[in-house]
Amino acid sequence: MARIELRGIHKRYADGFHAVKDLNLDIPDGEFMIFVGPSGCGKSTALRMIAGLEGISEGELLLDGEVVNELEPKDRDISMVFQSYALYPHMTVRQNLAFPLRIAGRPKDEIETRVNEAAAVLQLSDHLDRKPANLSGGQRQRVAMGRAIVRSPRAFLMDEPLSNLDAKLRVQTRTELARLQRRLGTTTVYVTHDQTEAMTLGDRVAVLNAGELQQVGTPRDLYAHPRNIFVAGFIGSPAMNFIAAELQGGEIRTARGDLPVNDWWRERLTGASPNQSVILGIRPEGFSDAALEEGTGPEFDVEIEVVESMGSDLFAYFSPESTGARSQSLDDLAQQSGLGDATASRPGEQLVARLDPMSRVAVGQHARLRIDTSHIALFDPETGLSLADHESTAPTLTSA
Amino acid sequence: MSTVAPARPASPEVAERSPKKRKGQGTSPVLWIGVVFVVLFCLFPFYWLVQISLRTSQDIGVAALYPPNPTLSNYSDVFQNDDFVAGLRNSAIVATVTTLLSVLVGSFAAYALARLRFRGKFTILALILSVTTFPPIAIALPIFQLWTDLGLNNTLIGLIIPYLTFALPLTTYILTSFFREIPRDLEEAALVDGATRFQAFRKVVVPLAAPGMATAGILTFIFAWNEYLLAITLTTSKAARTVPAAIGNFNDTAGGGYAQPVGLIAAASVLISIPLIILVLAFQKRIVAGLTAGAVKG
Ligand SMILES: Nc1ncnc2c1ncn2[C@@H]1O[C@H](COP(=O)(O)OP(=O)(O)O)[C@@H](O)[C@H]1O
Ligand SMILES: [Mg+2]
Repeated sequence: MARIELRGIHKRYADGFHAVKDLNLDIPDGEFMIFVGPSGCGKSTALRMIAGLEGISEGELLLDGEVVNELEPKDRDISMVFQSYALYPHMTVRQNLAFPLRIAGRPKDEIETRVNEAAAVLQLSDHLDRKPANLSGGQRQRVAMGRAIVRSPRAFLMDEPLSNLDAKLRVQTRTELARLQRRLGTTTVYVTHDQTEAMTLGDRVAVLNAGELQQVGTPRDLYAHPRNIFVAGFIGSPAMNFIAAELQGGEIRTARGDLPVNDWWRERLTGASPNQSVILGIRPEGFSDAALEEGTGPEFDVEIEVVESMGSDLFAYFSPESTGARSQSLDDLAQQSGLGDATASRPGEQLVARLDPMSRVAVGQHARLRIDTSHIALFDPETGLSLADHESTAPTLTSA
Repeated sequence: MSTVAPARPASPEVAERSPKKRKGQGTSPVLWIGVVFVVLFCLFPFYWLVQISLRTSQDIGVAALYPPNPTLSNYSDVFQNDDFVAGLRNSAIVATVTTLLSVLVGSFAAYALARLRFRGKFTILALILSVTTFPPIAIALPIFQLWTDLGLNNTLIGLIIPYLTFALPLTTYILTSFFREIPRDLEEAALVDGATRFQAFRKVVVPLAAPGMATAGILTFIFAWNEYLLAITLTTSKAARTVPAAIGNFNDTAGGGYAQPVGLIAAASVLISIPLIILVLAFQKRIVAGLTAGAVKG
């Protein structure tokens, strides 16, 4: 059990590459903390610094209030699950599980009990005498987990532990992992590039990009109050829609039409200059099919280009009237997160609405979409920052 | 249509593969003749040695493909020969110690070359390997001079040291490629599991590199066991003379200085080949795997 604190941590590699920049985080005892971000953003580097496998260039790492920057990995009493699992190929499952205990010089009978317990928890009891080469991917993953839990360390570190599993097993293992962590109550730092994993697993999520911490908060908080365009676009699937707009006389003007600024936003926009250009962010579920239900809120006519029916949801794609939102932050987002590839277009060039599956919208036809103005976000196109003071706990803007 | 299409590209592939397979099975008589020829060519000298070792000294000159009066007397005689027995003992010590030291020191060097990041790593590896290109004859005399000054002539340690200089580059080279293929993750996992660097090396890296160590060890053993030039240069008596050098000296001792004890030499040669043949046959697969490791994956 441990509280992990990162204070102004930097990592500069020998080749001069600045992989982690001024990372500040306080992970309380027992928390399940997720590091999420696009590939190469420094997640693994941060995790390896906590493990002691990578030196800390600047800043302080504290375990339970004690600075451990110079402590060897073996003296930190933290266990780690590697993306490759890193099982010892020449040892049986039993020997793999026993390894941390044997190194620690624990008595034989204690090793035996602990290994058997861990094996029972992870359903490995029948495979204890097999070598890793003869195990399935899921079993190997569980052995790696078992080796981490067997010695009851102060914290678990996991570097993309599910990324080598197939999609179905990944979802299943994800649930088991969350349950196991809750039961053991051990502080856990979990690295992933998959925002779905981040949103479903963690107590809190830290979003990293290009070595910098973008935002840290509960999954709900990140979804509802992204601090900047990067977080807004990275969290949520399909991604948030971005539309170029202008603030004018209490209205948000877009090429499609005007939206009123609701009270919540009005309070926060007092400092905004008149005619300020902004980037309007609307989650896909911020749209609804006006033909289906009565309601209030601004409505727009759009021409539907693609319809994807997922059974429980229906995604309708359409283009913004204008050339779409333009901003340096959006370009960065598209480039760094690979979102551009995922949606076959850059963010801002195609919009998507998540509609009720009963909706009758069809490709090539016009549809009338209503916007729920409580679901909007506004960003400064220059800085990419949200125009809302995101620290305040807002009553609206929650996901449905 | 669409269900038929994928099947099409597969069939020429099958057709292409089958003749190759037939060739690979080696049913062609030409190939067999070739194999038999090569095997005979390689084994004939050894057969000649064996059949000479089974002749009496009177029969040595008889022109025949087999011994006229086969006898094992050469074998019992050779064990009566003090020089040979002392040589066996010296060879066993020199080859074993050289092998152990070379694998031990070589694995430390190879680990550093494979794992640590430092400037001029490639240059160092190239330098180490270049040592093996010196012909032993070029260094035999300087070493003899040096050993005379240091009092290491005619000692076992005086043989082990130069043998190590020849064995270490090869050992280091083989082991470097083995260590390189062991994922770094495994060592790091050991470190977070509570191991020291040395424990991680001993409990994770060494067991995984064992085939490489076996290969390097066997090759070193064979080299040290067979080495002749330095052995005759640096030894003068049975105190340090290894078996090849002792056999080379049978001329002077056993026959009283004039008769050539050909049968005795042959028997001794057969005897000292046996441990190597057993070793190589037992570890054949490992040696091949060890020599190609790294080369395949590049
Ligand atoms: N040993 C190293 N030397 C130099 N740069 C490195 C080293 N290891 C990682 N990097 C760089 O640091 C960045 C962050 O790497 P990493 O933490 O592994 O990213 P990820 O978020 O995908 O886990 C990457 O751009 C990577 O190229
Ligand atoms: Mg990584």
